[in-house]
Amino acid sequence: MAATLTVDCRKTFPGRFTAVAQLDLPLDPPRVLILFGPSGSGKTTLLRCLAGLEWPEEGRIQFGSTPWVDAASNVRLSPQARRIGYMPQDYALFPTHTVAGNIEYGLSDLPAEVRRERVRELIGLLQLQGLEQAKPAQLSGGQQQRVALARAIARQPQLLLLDEPLSALDAPTRAKLCGELRTLLKQLAIPAVVVTHDWAEALMLGDIIAVMQGGTILQTGLPQEVFSRPANAEVAQIVGIETVVQGQVVANDNGLATVLVNGTTLKGLGTDVNGSAVYVCIRAEDVLLEQSGSGVTSARNHLSGPVTEMLPQGVLVTVTVDCGFPLRAVITRGAREELGLETGSVVVAAIKAGAVHLVPRSG
Amino acid sequence: MGSSFQVVRNHDGATMNWIAIAVTFKLALLTAAVLLIVGLPIAYWLTFSKWRWKFMVESVVALPLVLPPTVLGFYILVAIGPHSPVGRFYSDVVGHPLPFTFEGLLLASILYSLPFAVQPFAAAFEQVDRRLIEASWTLGVSKLKTFFRLIVPLSTAGLITGAVLSFAHTLGEFGVVLMVGGNIEGETRTVSIDIYDEVQALNYAGAAKTALLLLAVSYGVLLLVYAMNRKVWAVWPQR
Repeated sequence: MAATLTVDCRKTFPGRFTAVAQLDLPLDPPRVLILFGPSGSGKTTLLRCLAGLEWPEEGRIQFGSTPWVDAASNVRLSPQARRIGYMPQDYALFPTHTVAGNIEYGLSDLPAEVRRERVRELIGLLQLQGLEQAKPAQLSGGQQQRVALARAIARQPQLLLLDEPLSALDAPTRAKLCGELRTLLKQLAIPAVVVTHDWAEALMLGDIIAVMQGGTILQTGLPQEVFSRPANAEVAQIVGIETVVQGQVVANDNGLATVLVNGTTLKGLGTDVNGSAVYVCIRAEDVLLEQSGSGVTSARNHLSGPVTEMLPQGVLVTVTVDCGFPLRAVITRGAREELGLETGSVVVAAIKAGAVHLVPRSG
Repeated sequence: MGSSFQVVRNHDGATMNWIAIAVTFKLALLTAAVLLIVGLPIAYWLTFSKWRWKFMVESVVALPLVLPPTVLGFYILVAIGPHSPVGRFYSDVVGHPLPFTFEGLLLASILYSLPFAVQPFAAAFEQVDRRLIEASWTLGVSKLKTFFRLIVPLSTAGLITGAVLSFAHTLGEFGVVLMVGGNIEGETRTVSIDIYDEVQALNYAGAAKTALLLLAVSYGVLLLVYAMNRKVWAVWPQR
């Protein structure tokens, strides 16, 4: 049997909530698991259980053949003994240590020469040259994040745990570092568990996504699958992106990208899109449905196709239009009646380029 | 106080009793040094233990703050006297009893100044961000090494405050010194007792000089403590 990280445990926070997690992450080849969900959904708690900083009162956590936690037989492996790389949300860099001091902090059992070499290697890998002697307080948010990453991977951990690795950064830095982080995770080839509440990060970094809510894992699967085929209404509500399809960028004119999705051409915004393979992500409420042949609008995308499915939910109806790929739109019941929509009617879906989000994916 | 005659005989009116000053500083330095070592594990335990009855130990540590020195001195005297197992064991091993010696006085001073060291230590440890400590653990560094490599450097201001306060507090001890140390020239007579003796002997000039020295040293020490704890200079983690 291939090595797996198995989690099946329960932890109660009196008066708050009970976290119940069941999860299997195959370790070979190394994958990135995303714990995705709104704040307070128990993502961080689960990550801290994996780090050995919280103790579930029931169940077990097993890494390959090593039990980390087994409540039944009182096994509690300390965080020191787990050989993990843990990066908390605000990095927790040691203010009394320099950048180099932070990175080599966990390497004290290695000979000084090996240690120095390893620090030099990591400084290079994370582009921190010239900052070796700086204190964390002197660094920008992005630099702090890279120091924290360098420190977490310095000991060549067998599992990397990243808690909201990008949330402390401003939006432009975040987009840039997300790409770098993805490259780094692929390069390191260490199994990783990453907590995030940002769907673009989840799509970009994750090989597998576990959607969490109220301390429970609701759905686990491939990113595109979870986003475009949520298991239930709750998951759909959490992910909030109804259309996720794979596309190829064929042109990029000053940030206005032309994407080919299964024969259909779309315009979308993606200044940072490097490489041609992307996920095309569209929220259902951003899609406007009109009768065929109506007037010109400012929207850059007009896709025509037959309605394949209609799901009424209260006063709203989720309409799926087949325009080369299944596109979901959400309209009111009144609008549906006015348009006279039935399954099979041909409509035009208008989407502004700004509502077509492009997220890089591995080709 | 019969010993006042001794003082007048030992030195003339206006000079300071340098022997008493030397005894006092030796006692204060040793007390602060021992508390710096003994106080650290106690403060660490008080800060990080999750034991539900911890407050009982906290109260014991704080007792010397409210207890009259004579009461504390009395119990120490009984505990280390020749009728107690501890006192008998000590005199069997060392060859003389513990009360009315410098060592006995040192022990009493350590107990008497315990809260002055432990409370600033614990307050400093409390200030250390738990996330930093956890980060250290996940990097494979043991709890003990985390203490010396991370917690102590982040708590230097509190550690110095505790050491300095216990030093200053020992300088001014009176009741405990009299109870446990007696008043033996060159052995257990400290400055505060010397001043008392001078005043008893109506030698105000001698008392004034010694009192002024004690005032100056105490003020200097407190200046150091308050300067150390000014937020703008402190070395707390950036949040």
